[in-house]
Amino acid sequence: MSQNLPAAGAPAACRILLELNGERRELEVQPWTTLLDLLRDQLGLSGTKKGCDHGQCGACTVLVDGRRINSCLSLAVMQDGAKVTTVEGLAGADGLHPMQAAFVRHDAFQCGYCTPGQICSAVGLANENRAHTRDELREQMSGNLCRCGAYPNILAAIEDALPTLRGQGGDA
Amino acid sequence: MTPFSYHRPEAIDEALALAGPDSRFIAGGTNLLDLMKENLLHPRRLIDINRLPLREITPTPEGGLLIGALVGNAELAWDPRIEARYPLVAKAILAGASPQLRNMASTGGNLLQRTRCYYFYDAQTPCNKREPGSGCPARDGLNRMHAILGASDACVAVHPSDLCVALAALGAQVHTQGPQGKRRIDFADFHRLPDDEPWRDNNLDERELVTAVELPPQGYAGHCAYLKLRDRASYAFALVSVAAALDLDGERIRGARIALGGVAHKPWRLVEAEQLLCGRRAEPAAFAEAAERLLQSAQPLAGNAFKIELARRAIVRALGEAAGGTPR
Repeated sequence: MSQNLPAAGAPAACRILLELNGERRELEVQPWTTLLDLLRDQLGLSGTKKGCDHGQCGACTVLVDGRRINSCLSLAVMQDGAKVTTVEGLAGADGLHPMQAAFVRHDAFQCGYCTPGQICSAVGLANENRAHTRDELREQMSGNLCRCGAYPNILAAIEDALPTLRGQGGDA
Repeated sequence: MTPFSYHRPEAIDEALALAGPDSRFIAGGTNLLDLMKENLLHPRRLIDINRLPLREITPTPEGGLLIGALVGNAELAWDPRIEARYPLVAKAILAGASPQLRNMASTGGNLLQRTRCYYFYDAQTPCNKREPGSGCPARDGLNRMHAILGASDACVAVHPSDLCVALAALGAQVHTQGPQGKRRIDFADFHRLPDDEPWRDNNLDERELVTAVELPPQGYAGHCAYLKLRDRASYAFALVSVAAALDLDGERIRGARIALGGVAHKPWRLVEAEQLLCGRRAEPAAFAEAAERLLQSAQPLAGNAFKIELARRAIVRALGEAAGGTPR
């Protein structure tokens, strides 16, 4: 892809390739466009939320190659060649992703603004497979704030979905 | 963000050739992009170093480990060799930031992150670190989070890293490469105290790239602890943190390492305090003496005198935990 990048000199748009929610996308981005702004403003995928825009709230969490990151603190151009999954890409043909279904079952939200980030973060947590107690779950969800305070139900939803997801080794 | 050009070299020489006064290297970007969004930094050229061959963790001939600068923070904390031989490094990393940030942030970038002093982050206020000569409103302002050791009239900011506190305690080395060639910098000489040049966080040259961090053979795996005290239980910067490591012969201390975070412009280590412990029994009275020595030159600001007592107790507690065996 580097042949598409500008030579030293004036800033110029860059062509990048993403596998976005299972679909191959060739895109043109300005170097200073964050992954979050690409998703929301350029591609209309507004499921991923802009909360603080400084990596402090977790509302913008997406999965890149199966790992959770803050999309507000990554440049789109730096994800060239990556596989990106947003909340829109979690559900399969046969219905909601198990983590989404658990959030519904446990009423794990109030206003819902942090929810896509919470769900993507929880799927990333399941992929990491490093949380085995409630305290570890809480600690490893600390990058996602919920100002409504729905934490007890968020925790219950994640606990409920984890056994289904563990061992699947999925990358979404 | 101010527009910039983007470059993605595949080789170190190519990256160094692109470097210059208006350029910045970017790896994880978790701190740099934040500073660019706040309009505190406005490089004209970003050099994305993620394609450089700096992602390996390899054994050194001396029996230590060489950690490539691009190894991610989470990846490093969860590496089986780090977990088994350098749990102090793993614990320090996992005490910092959030899982998302740890997935993005790199080893080299962690060393180079800037202070989170509120005044440094607020472009509306003076700050000697940001605008040399403009003044330091923190010295007589809100300074609860600020330095108690090694500060200057020009700056009372603290270094925010947890990883660096563990690396300072272990005596790591930083490998760099620049136009003048390669060099190794002892961790104690990597970061700087503010003195009258607070805009210089470290001793890197302008075009110099961190390529790796080298861990020495001794990891104090059996007897170490990282204790971080902060305003909330997770995802906050340290008020005080302590990396403590002991080499024990039964109940006697053969060697000790102590480094403090959240108290100075760099991780704070004092070899004399560690030497006080050598040959002593591993017990609270000895730990308290070491703490006393470490904090002897502490100078409180109006809002952070509590940190001196907090640090004293944290040192004693962390050494006690280390003596009892690395907490699992």
